Amino acid sequence: MSGVRVLVGTRKGAFILTSDGKRKNWEVSDVQFGGWQFYHLKGSPVDPDRIYASQSNDWFGQKMQRSSDGGRTWETVDSKFVYDGVPGTHQWYDGTPHPWEFKRVWHLEPSLTDPDTVFAGVEDAAMFKSTDGGATWTELSGLRRHSTGSKWAPGAGGMCLHTILIDPADHDRLYVAISAAGAFRSDDGGAAWKPITRGLYSKYLPVPDAEVGHCVHRLAMHPSRPRTLFMQKHWDVMRTDDSGDSWQKISGNLPTDFGFAIDVHAHEPETVFVVPIKSDSEHYPLDGKLQVFRSRSGGNEWEPLSKGLPQKDCYVNVLREAMDVDSLDSCGVYFGTTGGQVYASADGGDSWQAIVRDLPPVVSVEVQTIR
Amino acid sequence: MIRVELPYHLRQLAGVNGEVALEGPGVATMGAVIDAIEARYPMLAGTIRDHATGQRRPLLRFFACGEDLSFVPLDVPLPDAVVQGREPVIVLGAIAGG
Repeated sequence: MSGVRVLVGTRKGAFILTSDGKRKNWEVSDVQFGGWQFYHLKGSPVDPDRIYASQSNDWFGQKMQRSSDGGRTWETVDSKFVYDGVPGTHQWYDGTPHPWEFKRVWHLEPSLTDPDTVFAGVEDAAMFKSTDGGATWTELSGLRRHSTGSKWAPGAGGMCLHTILIDPADHDRLYVAISAAGAFRSDDGGAAWKPITRGLYSKYLPVPDAEVGHCVHRLAMHPSRPRTLFMQKHWDVMRTDDSGDSWQKISGNLPTDFGFAIDVHAHEPETVFVVPIKSDSEHYPLDGKLQVFRSRSGGNEWEPLSKGLPQKDCYVNVLREAMDVDSLDSCGVYFGTTGGQVYASADGGDSWQAIVRDLPPVVSVEVQTIR
Repeated sequence: MIRVELPYHLRQLAGVNGEVALEGPGVATMGAVIDAIEARYPMLAGTIRDHATGQRRPLLRFFACGEDLSFVPLDVPLPDAVVQGREPVIVLGAIAGG
């Protein structure tokens, strides 16, 4: 029988939510590693019981956990993320050079074929890879050493590499996004990288269409169309159909195109979900109404989805890593809030229910479809 | 025997309750205490001293016998009361961040 496992990272621990294929009744695990931040947990596509989790806090630094039994037990693996060579400097908020310093792991992306291989996106922005289940990590330093690296600057949350996408048709093709450097693509497994920012326009930059400096909040891809990517930028929702070589704005009729999360329907490559947030100064929904917006046309035309979501007095945020979909026949959509709720829709966004309501602030939501 | 009080998060990570007792003559400095803790509990590596710099993490402090040892070089001998097991070394997390 099929079911769903939702891996939830919060500011004060990790949680695992499980349900059968109906997705009506949910079990919530005990808190895992209570008191620690979990920026991300993600399972291997080829072995769902293999889960990697990024555990950190400001006092004790970065730890990395690995489970081989679906999150019932955990093993601490290596958390040494050492930059390759002398890391040099990037740009600080005030424009001065600032040394590259490792702070935490924002994103984990397990290989599509090998449960022991996993990529990590870190702050200060860099990409690491482990091929031994997290026992050791090696930087793919071609990214950080890109000729534009000294111009990269942090966003408000730090200079984080928060998105890693692997092309299912060509595993050597990788995409990453960095706040606030932009988006990059590698066609050789992560050795060499190029910025993919043509068409992005950020009015807060001295040069609004600069090659780097854009605060890309999130990228999403449907596995059947890996040349098409969707982007939630700081402001603007964008798409590319040529692997990032050019981008078009698809904000269309969105009431605000600021936001963090974006994802694609599991079975409909042109159906996209975003959660509009009022502004970069007001990180909450418009008018106190929590609404997901769905486009069935790949952007530009968007419809609000609010059935089951709070429509008054709601001032939560939905962070970039906090939305995902399942791949059951009727696609499930999930997102978590900084108010501690995780909402789920078992009907592609038409209606929603809170599957847990009072967790610590939710940082990440990853969904595993268990068959 | 040297007794060490670890903060909650590190006890949780290492799966220990109460104090940690370290035996042997080689653990009479703060640096050696941390080495011994990391050897016994590998999951704590990097949590007290930064992996890259080897320096005490900025939001941690070391105390013993009512004194702040945080800025004492790691190779300085610990107080006799600590070495004799009458007083613990305390690794303390700063009250910061709520």
